[in-house]
Amino acid sequence: MELRKNTKKDGLLTAAALILLFAVLLTMELTMKSTSILFTVLKKGVIYALVAVSMNLLNGFTGLFSLGQAGFMLIGAYTYAILTMPVAVKLSDSVYKYYDCAIGFELGILPSLILAGLIAAFFAALIGLPVLRLKSDYLAIATLGFAEILRAFFQWDAMGPVTNGANVMRQYKDLTKLRIPFTDIRFPPTLFCFLVSGVCIAIIVLLINSSYGRAFKAIRDDEIAAEAMGINLFKHKEMSFVISSFFAGISGALLAMFQYTVQAAQFKSAMTYEILLIVVIGGIGSVTGSCIASFLFIACNEWWLRFLDESSNNILGLNILRSGFRKVVFSIVIMIIVLFFSKGIMGEREFSWARLRAFFRDPFGLRSRRARKAATGGEVNGNG
Amino acid sequence: MQFLQNSLPYLLAGISVGGQYALIAIGYTMVYGILRLINFAHGDVFMAAGMFMVFLSASLPLGLAIPLVLIITVVLGFLIERIAYKPLRSAPRMSVMISAIGVSYLLQNCALYFTGGLAKVYPQLPWLSDTVSVFGAVTKRVTLITPVLTIVLVAALSLFIKHTKIGMAMRAVSKDFETARLMGIKVNTVISVTFVIGSLLAAVGSLLYFTNYASVTPTSGGMPGLKCFVAAVFGGIGSIPGAVIGAFIIGIAENIIKGLGWTTFSDAFTFALLIVILLVKPTGLFGEKATDKV
Repeated sequence: MELRKNTKKDGLLTAAALILLFAVLLTMELTMKSTSILFTVLKKGVIYALVAVSMNLLNGFTGLFSLGQAGFMLIGAYTYAILTMPVAVKLSDSVYKYYDCAIGFELGILPSLILAGLIAAFFAALIGLPVLRLKSDYLAIATLGFAEILRAFFQWDAMGPVTNGANVMRQYKDLTKLRIPFTDIRFPPTLFCFLVSGVCIAIIVLLINSSYGRAFKAIRDDEIAAEAMGINLFKHKEMSFVISSFFAGISGALLAMFQYTVQAAQFKSAMTYEILLIVVIGGIGSVTGSCIASFLFIACNEWWLRFLDESSNNILGLNILRSGFRKVVFSIVIMIIVLFFSKGIMGEREFSWARLRAFFRDPFGLRSRRARKAATGGEVNGNG
Repeated sequence: MQFLQNSLPYLLAGISVGGQYALIAIGYTMVYGILRLINFAHGDVFMAAGMFMVFLSASLPLGLAIPLVLIITVVLGFLIERIAYKPLRSAPRMSVMISAIGVSYLLQNCALYFTGGLAKVYPQLPWLSDTVSVFGAVTKRVTLITPVLTIVLVAALSLFIKHTKIGMAMRAVSKDFETARLMGIKVNTVISVTFVIGSLLAAVGSLLYFTNYASVTPTSGGMPGLKCFVAAVFGGIGSIPGAVIGAFIIGIAENIIKGLGWTTFSDAFTFALLIVILLVKPTGLFGEKATDKV
């Protein structure tokens, strides 16, 4: 009875926290300058949170070590850019300079976002058929390879009428083109990113907590045992792969919206590595961990460690601080996390109100440690 | 004759690139054979060797710079293993692989920092960079030297593994890690020697490769690295002759594809080959039978 009351209360608390978060975001967007670095970090952070969670669904919850995320983001980003580019722009020379665009229509933002996910999922379904029969590091290399093939395919000359070859895509509907439906008022862009990513992450969480999610975890923990319990291995692996790629596609589309321009050359394996490192920092198998880590990662990368790149900050006449030093420091920190804190921030745990309450009752286990010490100390004294 | 003259440059370039890939692929195949680890950082060690050469040759004569590059690269490979892989010896395989990806990220970012993101011009090596003409096809001398040097080095390595004590220990460890340890083999020494040999060959490969390509960027290790891993898988991972043959096949095929005008797909071909090989014959051309790959 107590437990159920708590669950209900926690649900209300979560809802209240989410409403509060969105309210704060909205007021910030209405009051602060939109060029503030804070908004850049928040937008990019939430986009990376979505792709990190989608990668975690594969790596952390299904145990499939896949490194194809950048490829599926690429598909999402390009699908979105191609579908939302106004027909007038497609016909003119401003983007498709060397090709005649083959796509003669344009769609709205929401249908394009969903289609971006669907097309990424379609490619994932095709790729998954051969690749998911492989295991661990072979799967990693094969998915990495497919991501590279996809990149080559999108830059191919013969695909030019659709993908504009290796040239930049721009002038599609980016975040500044968002309008509140049926009006002409600008939709707050950061709020939009949070809404879309939030809905997607919520769906992934629901999936993980469903019977499918339990099947995924069973496959991760022991494939043979899972198969013996009647779980269709291939079906569930394919399902996890396709769903993960769907959300990677959507986050790619959001990234395209955020960046104003998009180019296939950007989606290299280094991008997948970054997402993987986010997942590792957050904790493999923790959705909240991935979200926290992606905001930390982006904030450090784009904002907090910026001062390391400025040569004017050098002290003692040393010339250490210059462009690129930030990344060196950053990757050393990441190596330290990987080597010494391999569980990441959250390990396999998730955020819960109960744990938060417990934390406030007993921060860092200080009180219980003190109590334990007092107890043992008392004994020693008693003996003496 | 006309056909020969047209296709010979591509064939020569293919053989040369194949030899360079072979030197890198040996590093992958040996490390995988012993640790069951895809050393994602190996391609970046190869890039780092190129960077060392650029920076050292700026201030030192070539005769001094080249041996120094080889030594520094070997030390780098040794340190990477000691710092990033050894503490994770008993951890799950996935964590070691993540650590390897982390090292690769670190090396690339360090290179980015020291170069400022600019492509560095690789020094001209006298004699190697000279142009020669073979049957009417003009090419650099390094193109002809590479396959010869590769074969000599591979032969030396094979002798080393067959006939020395440490080579025997290496074979034992790659056969069965735990049993080898029980037999009193110092596993850590063997692994270090493996990384030393792998890095040394990668450094030689980088000398030859960058003499051909003339510039080094922080990311120029990534693609060759992945391709060489594919070559190692193609030849049968753990097998040195397999890796060499795989590397030559990939190098030649890639250049033929370039010659046909499909440059965009020369990289994609490698991965398509990998997927086909893994599905059809997962043990590769010369690999031993293993059950845990597919």
